[in-house]
Amino acid sequence: MTSVCLYFQVHQPWRLKKYRFFDIGADHLYFNDTSDTSRNNLQVLQKVASKCYLPTNKILLDLLQRYPQFKVSFSYSGILLEQLESHLPEVLKSFQDLSKTGQVEILAETYYHSLSFLYSKEEFRSQVQLQTDKIRQLFKTKPSVFRNTELIYNNDLAAEAQSLGFKAILAEGVDNILGWRSPNFIYQPPAGDIKLLLKNYRLADDIAFRFSEKSWSEYPLTAPKFASWINDINGSGDIINLFMDYETFGEHQWADTGIFEFLKSLPGEILKHPDNSFVTPSEAAKRFPARGTLDIPHYISWADVERDLSAWTGNSMQQEALKNLYSLEKNILTTQNRQLITDWRRLQTSDHFYYMCTKWFADGDVHKYFNPHLSPYEAFISFMNALQDLKLRIQHG
Amino acid sequence: MPTRVLMIGWELPPHNSGGLGVASLGLAKALSSRLSLTFLLPHHLDVVSTPFPVLFSNLSEINLLITPYSTRTFTQTDNTFFSDLLSQVYKYAAAAKKIASKLQFDLIHVHDWLTIPAGLAVKNVCNKPLVIHVHATEFDRSGGLGANPVVYAIEKAGFDAADAVIAISNYVKGMLVTRYSVDPKKIFVVHNGIDAADYSSTSGPIAFLQTAKSAGHKIVLYVGRITIQKGIDHLLNAAQKVITHFPKVFFVIAGSGDMEGQVISQAASMGISQHFLFPGFVRGPQLNDLFRSADLFVLPSVSEPFGLVPLEAIVNGTPALISKQSGVSEVLSHALKVDFWDTEEMANQILAVLNYSSLPQTLIAESSREVDRLTWVAAADKVINLYNQL
Repeated sequence: MTSVCLYFQVHQPWRLKKYRFFDIGADHLYFNDTSDTSRNNLQVLQKVASKCYLPTNKILLDLLQRYPQFKVSFSYSGILLEQLESHLPEVLKSFQDLSKTGQVEILAETYYHSLSFLYSKEEFRSQVQLQTDKIRQLFKTKPSVFRNTELIYNNDLAAEAQSLGFKAILAEGVDNILGWRSPNFIYQPPAGDIKLLLKNYRLADDIAFRFSEKSWSEYPLTAPKFASWINDINGSGDIINLFMDYETFGEHQWADTGIFEFLKSLPGEILKHPDNSFVTPSEAAKRFPARGTLDIPHYISWADVERDLSAWTGNSMQQEALKNLYSLEKNILTTQNRQLITDWRRLQTSDHFYYMCTKWFADGDVHKYFNPHLSPYEAFISFMNALQDLKLRIQHG
Repeated sequence: MPTRVLMIGWELPPHNSGGLGVASLGLAKALSSRLSLTFLLPHHLDVVSTPFPVLFSNLSEINLLITPYSTRTFTQTDNTFFSDLLSQVYKYAAAAKKIASKLQFDLIHVHDWLTIPAGLAVKNVCNKPLVIHVHATEFDRSGGLGANPVVYAIEKAGFDAADAVIAISNYVKGMLVTRYSVDPKKIFVVHNGIDAADYSSTSGPIAFLQTAKSAGHKIVLYVGRITIQKGIDHLLNAAQKVITHFPKVFFVIAGSGDMEGQVISQAASMGISQHFLFPGFVRGPQLNDLFRSADLFVLPSVSEPFGLVPLEAIVNGTPALISKQSGVSEVLSHALKVDFWDTEEMANQILAVLNYSSLPQTLIAESSREVDRLTWVAAADKVINLYNQL
C-alpha cells in the first residue's frame, strides 16, 4: 500500500517597488508599484491567476469530483489570501470551492511567509496565529499540520510546532539527513511525538523542475510513466510526499509543455493500481506510524542544491537587512500602529531576502528568473531604503 | 594553423596614454606563451619588459601630446595636430611594410585605426590574413558629436579588407555592424582580460585621503580621461544629490582631458567644489593606492567600448558602479549598474554604498571572484581559436 500526498504551496509576496534614497521620509507606500514590471504586484497576481490558479483550480475541481478518493492539500500564505481578497475575489472563491469538496486539507504557516522562526519566536507565534485565524475566516477550518516557510525545519521548530498543537510538520527529504533511510515513511523528531513528513524531492522535482527539460533522459514525462514510478515504490514505502509550488502548473511549466494534460490524467493513472491511494498530511499522520527518529539540529530547507538557509541568509547584505528588520520588533510593536506593524511584517516575507541572494547570479539561474529587481544589489537597496523610512515613522509615532 | 603572428601596435606601457596600450600588452603576453609573436611599435621608447620581441619602426618624432583617443579636438581646434598624426600613421605604414618584408610570419594582428594603414600595407605585400582588433571606433571617440571622416574612411577600408575583426565587446560589435556595415559573421567578440598580478605594487596610503577617512569621510573615485565620452558631467549631477544627503564625502576625479577645465568650473558653479579633488593623471603604484583608498569606483560613461578601469578597481578591492552603456557590463554581473543619464538612480546607488556597509562588502566579495575568471589567458584562447579558422 502506498499513499500519495500532494501538497501545493500558494504564495505571492508583496514585492517592493523601486524605493530610492530620496523617497525616505517622503513616501510611505512601499508595495504599490504600478509600472509595467514584475514589481507590480497586482499585475503579477493577475498573470499568475490566469495562467495558473484559475485553470489549475478548474482541473482539480473536476478531478476531485470525478475521483472521491483523490485528495490534495494546500498551504496559502496570508498575504496571498489578502491580495486575492482585495483584488481577485473570484479566484479566492475558486480555491474555496475546492475546499468545499471535503477532499482538501489546508496547512498552517506564517501569515507573512517569513523567516520569523529564525529571529523571533514571539513574532513567529503571532504570525502563525494570524494565519490560522485567516484560514478559519476564509475556509472555516482549523489547520492541524504545519509547514514553515520554504520548508525550513530543524528539531526546535518541530518542538515549537508540537507545543502549538500541530499533529504533523513537513520538511525536505534531504539526502545527507536521511542517509540510507527513505523519505517514503513517516518519522519523528528526537523529542516529542509530532509526525514528520518528508518531501520525496526526486519525484516532486521531476514534475516541478524537470517536466519540460528536453535534455532530461526521461523527457517527455507522461502520467502513466510517473504512475509506474509510484507503483515501483509500492511495498517499500508508506507515503510519497509530492510537495511543490502551485505555480508549477501553468506558470513555471507553461501550458504548452503539456503540464495540464499531465495533471488531468495523473490521479486516474495512479489509482489504476489497486494498492495506491491519496492522503492528506493529517490523514497520513493518523494512518502511519513513525518508522524512526530523525535528529535535525541544523536548519534544512527545500531551496537550491544546498537545501539550507543560504538562499536567504548567505551574504552580508541579507544578514544586515534581516538584523536591522528584526531589531525594530520591540519598538514597532509598542506603537500599536496597525499600518506600521503591517508594513514591518510585509518586509519580513522571505522573498525579499531571496531576491538579495548572490549565489549563481552571474550564471543567470533560477534566482535571476524570479527576481523582480534587476539585481540582488538593487533588491537590497530598495529594501534598506524602505526600512529607513519605517524607522523614521516609528520615531515620529 | 598560424604559429607566427606579427602584431602591429601603437603604444605599450609605460608610455601609454590609456587603455589601448594596456590591452595590447595583456593580450600579446598571453598569446606569446602559446605561439611566436613579434610586436611592432612606431617609435623607439622604453617599454616594460616583455616575453616577446618588440621592434620599433624608425619614426622618431611622434608628438606624445597626441593621443589616439580624442580625434574630436583635432577637427575642432587645431588641424595641424591631426595632419601631423595622420602623416605619422602613414609613415608608420610605410615603415611597417619595409620591416615586415624581412620577417617570417603567418598572420597580421593590428589594433585600432592608427595601425590599420600599416596592417593593410603589410597585407598587400605579403598576402597574409589580417585581423583588426577594435578597441574603440571613431563614433566612441567622438562621443556622438560627429565622426572625423578621414578616420572613418581608414577604419571602413580596414574592416572591409580584413579577414576578421575582433570586437572587445558586443557593444563594439553593434557599432561595427550598424555604423560600418561590417558583416556580423566576420566579427568575433573577445572581451578584454585583466591580470591581478599587474596591480600589486603600492607606495603606501595617500595621506590626505587617509585623514579624511579617519574623520569619517567616504571616497568616491573616478579614474580615466576627462572627456565628453566619459560622462563626468552626469557624475557631477549625481554627486550634488549625494552630498545633500551625505555631506561627508569626497569625489576624486583622477585623469586629464579636454573637459577638465569645464568639469572643475561646473563643480564650482554647483557649489560642490569643496567635495571634489582633481589629482590629475595618476599611474602605477599611486593609482593602486588611490583605488584602495576609495569606497566606490564609478564609471559614468556615455559610451564605453569596454572600460577596464572598474576591473582595476575591483582587483584593488574596491567595488564598482558602472554605466550600462559600457562593454564591461557584459562581463561584470556583480557591479551596480545605471543608465548614465539617470543621475537620480546613480545618486541612489552611491548613497546606498555609503550608508549600508554590507552592500560594498558583498559587491567586492562577489566581483573579486568574478574578475578572477576574466583573464587574458582566456581571451587569448578565443583569439587563437579565431586564428585557426583563418
